[in-house]
Amino acid sequence: MNRFLLPLGAFLLLALFLALGLRLNPREVPSPLIDKPAPSFQTSSLARPEALIRREDMLGKVWMLNVWASWCAACRDEHALLVDFSRRGVAPIYGLNYKDKREDGLGWLNRFGNPYTDTLFDPDGRIGIDYGVYGVPETFVIDRAGVIRYKHIGPVTPEVLRDKIEPLLRKLANA
Amino acid sequence: MPKLERLLHGLLAALLCLTLVSAQASEAPVVAANPEIEARMMVLAAELRCLVCQNQTIADSHAGLAEDLRQQIREMLAKGMSERQILDYMTERYGDFVLYRPPFKPSTLLLWVGPGLLLLLALGTLWRVLQRRQRLAPEAFDPDTPDEDAAR
Repeated sequence: MNRFLLPLGAFLLLALFLALGLRLNPREVPSPLIDKPAPSFQTSSLARPEALIRREDMLGKVWMLNVWASWCAACRDEHALLVDFSRRGVAPIYGLNYKDKREDGLGWLNRFGNPYTDTLFDPDGRIGIDYGVYGVPETFVIDRAGVIRYKHIGPVTPEVLRDKIEPLLRKLANA
Repeated sequence: MPKLERLLHGLLAALLCLTLVSAQASEAPVVAANPEIEARMMVLAAELRCLVCQNQTIADSHAGLAEDLRQQIREMLAKGMSERQILDYMTERYGDFVLYRPPFKPSTLLLWVGPGLLLLLALGTLWRVLQRRQRLAPEAFDPDTPDEDAAR
């Protein structure tokens, strides 16, 4: 019996590792910025170039930062969802227009809707680098103290919104 | 005629050997503003992983993010930041995964030690199996004798 138990056991162990591994997404790089202060920024608003938006302006409110670009196809997948979500008024969503041209970004918002309270203009992607952005779209949840509490990589889905983001927003709002 | 044949064979062999010295087309070297910074940047970039094309380093990758980060590294070097500082800058924002060589930490212990351990385990099992076989009677290796009989 032992002769069969040992290889069987080893096989089951390997099968377990395979099952666990298949559930992981190797392209997802967890952010080291969770529970760390959101990096400082100061940049112009997409729609109003003369207006400056700074990270310090956000202190005191719970907000979402959604990184998008007009050239990003996947961003369109989540956009309708974000527009809907912004209308419910749970938390303000600020956009980060990443490596884009002003006219292209504004045109995109005109065509597909604008869920953002305001949009930061980041033409050379420096703010993106500070936030560890490596592929749009990405979405951050930041609390009143300016600490990043959650990062979602890829388009926001209804499930992520319902199960992760919205409960977190409510929790942070009541804190 | 054997002499001509041999000459031709020799010529053919020589020609074939020349193909070993293959033409290697590589990218035209970037004419950078500061070649020294460029060289240092490439050394650092070879230590960092491109997060878009995750099997490549930032030095090799053509992805937009890789170009941005190479530019970032150039600027940091020009500002006088040390290599340690630049690598820390990257891991602060992207985590340990951005280092092309995984650091040796408790969390990566299994990654580093695992293959060696598995090898030892396999060799140990092989040793035991071989030892056990040494002790079996010669009849156990006779294909005509059933195994249970020979093991006694």
